[in-house]
Amino acid sequence: MLDFFFHWPLWAQSAVKGLAVIAVLFPFAAACSMAERKICAWIQGRPGPNRTIVPWLAWIPVIAPFLQRLGLFQLAADGGKFVFKEDPIPGHVNKLYFVLAPILAMIPALTTVTIVPFGAYFNQAGQLVPLVLANVDIGLLAVFAISSLGVYSVILAGWASNSKYPFLGSIRASAQLISYELSMTLSVLPVFLWINKPGGAGTLSLFAAVEAQSGQGLHFDSLWLGIWMPVSAFIFLVALFAETNRQPFDMAESEADLVGGFHTEYGAFKWSLFFVAEYAHMIVGSGVFTLMFLGGWNPLPGLPLAAVVHGLEHWISWASHPAFMGVLGVLIFLGKVAFFIFFFMWVRWTLPRFRYDQIMKLGWQKLLPLAIGNLIFYALLIALIDR
Amino acid sequence: MAVLHVSRKPLTFAERTYIPQILEGLKITFKRMIQPAETMEYPEQRPEIPKNYRGVPTLVKDPNGREKCVSCQLCEFVCPPKAIRITPGEIPPDAPTGHVEKGPQAFDIDMLRCIYCGLCQEVCPEEAIFLQNQYSMVGYSREEMVNHKSRLYELGGTLPDQHHKWDKKKAAEEHGNAAH
Repeated sequence: MLDFFFHWPLWAQSAVKGLAVIAVLFPFAAACSMAERKICAWIQGRPGPNRTIVPWLAWIPVIAPFLQRLGLFQLAADGGKFVFKEDPIPGHVNKLYFVLAPILAMIPALTTVTIVPFGAYFNQAGQLVPLVLANVDIGLLAVFAISSLGVYSVILAGWASNSKYPFLGSIRASAQLISYELSMTLSVLPVFLWINKPGGAGTLSLFAAVEAQSGQGLHFDSLWLGIWMPVSAFIFLVALFAETNRQPFDMAESEADLVGGFHTEYGAFKWSLFFVAEYAHMIVGSGVFTLMFLGGWNPLPGLPLAAVVHGLEHWISWASHPAFMGVLGVLIFLGKVAFFIFFFMWVRWTLPRFRYDQIMKLGWQKLLPLAIGNLIFYALLIALIDR
Repeated sequence: MAVLHVSRKPLTFAERTYIPQILEGLKITFKRMIQPAETMEYPEQRPEIPKNYRGVPTLVKDPNGREKCVSCQLCEFVCPPKAIRITPGEIPPDAPTGHVEKGPQAFDIDMLRCIYCGLCQEVCPEEAIFLQNQYSMVGYSREEMVNHKSRLYELGGTLPDQHHKWDKKKAAEEHGNAAH
């Protein structure tokens, strides 16, 4: 079946792969909203949504009540509600940009996924090939470039709403995004200084970042970069919270002082697009963090996926099949991403929001100098090691 | 009184990074997350009603099945939000309880007005109206939220009676006070 797939023209393969990724990412992002509600409920000592059930599914004995308690069907109910309820456009808005903003929110959110590899397999020639929609050399740079376009949707939404609270929300969001973008970019520079060894071809590809953490056994290469560069990982994580507008940096929404922030005037399906885009950003952000600092699809430091598959080959004959390795890699990767999604939610329901001036102070006076210092430190260290 | 000046200690470096506090907070929320939920799942689990709870006002009958209300209208007059409306009626003299003379022909309590203060129960000389345990009162229309007499008796049921006032009165009427 796989061979049949590989004989298709390239555009058809890419289209199918792209649709498959969107078909996974979109429900995954929607499921995050459910997970958010459940985790919030558990942290607050409530059961959370646990009533919705599809009538004829309720006959299945054990599984259906379990899924019902988990609130899985609430997800479908919420989604259906957003699709079918009235989609209001207030009279005082700039209609073109008002409609454009949620679309602009979705585009970068779904585009960044193309550059994120989520697994790898050995092809017939024995080369390690990444499972990625577009394995481009500019990799991370493309992620940064496209994901920061997401702020345009926030600015557009705030401006087109023609109302003061959305406007304030969008201004805060853009200022915050610009402030933290700097620290974020500076924090990953040491990673790519380390990956691009002198003499080799330069790359910013995320696949190369995982490769650099795929050493086997007690070897310097087998250290995950999160262990080898903890400060970079920390700055990147904090900036990621700010970039995805998550608590404690939830300035774009800050429902306590700005009603609903930039999407105050939105409702129904358009609002849900913003929502899904926010979660898609979170998923992609967690994915990039996992790839760069937590070894991507490698199960443990010093135990790369390739070694696992080669070890399994002695026991199971089909372990070396590309499909098996691909699925295993994707599962490990998604597991790590899911943990980070959980971490995002865990932090959200633990911390209060920073004040706006505290956010700016933290971004410019604390994180930025730290990121620069970190860059200089690792530049010198790597120069010493690679000399 | 002496004024105590408490100087605020400057934050330590660790505190200024927020990190120890954040980790502490994460620990607390994680502990909370793995504990069972505190909430009561309402329609299946019902709260325990404390004694002397003031629920929906109801009319009660005495153990012999006689309606206790004599439509004196004290509750109607005392009701602060004017939720009670009574139309007094006569009990025919040949009925077994004919000596009571009066009973309500209609007895409406508008539950959209009722404030559950319990003054009606307090004022009732016949111990005929009680705020009992029912705490949820729902309806699809304003009309449905008005409890009529039949509904009030249905909700109220029969409560034990220590006095049997009207039985005693009847006995006194027939046999004189010597009976007691």
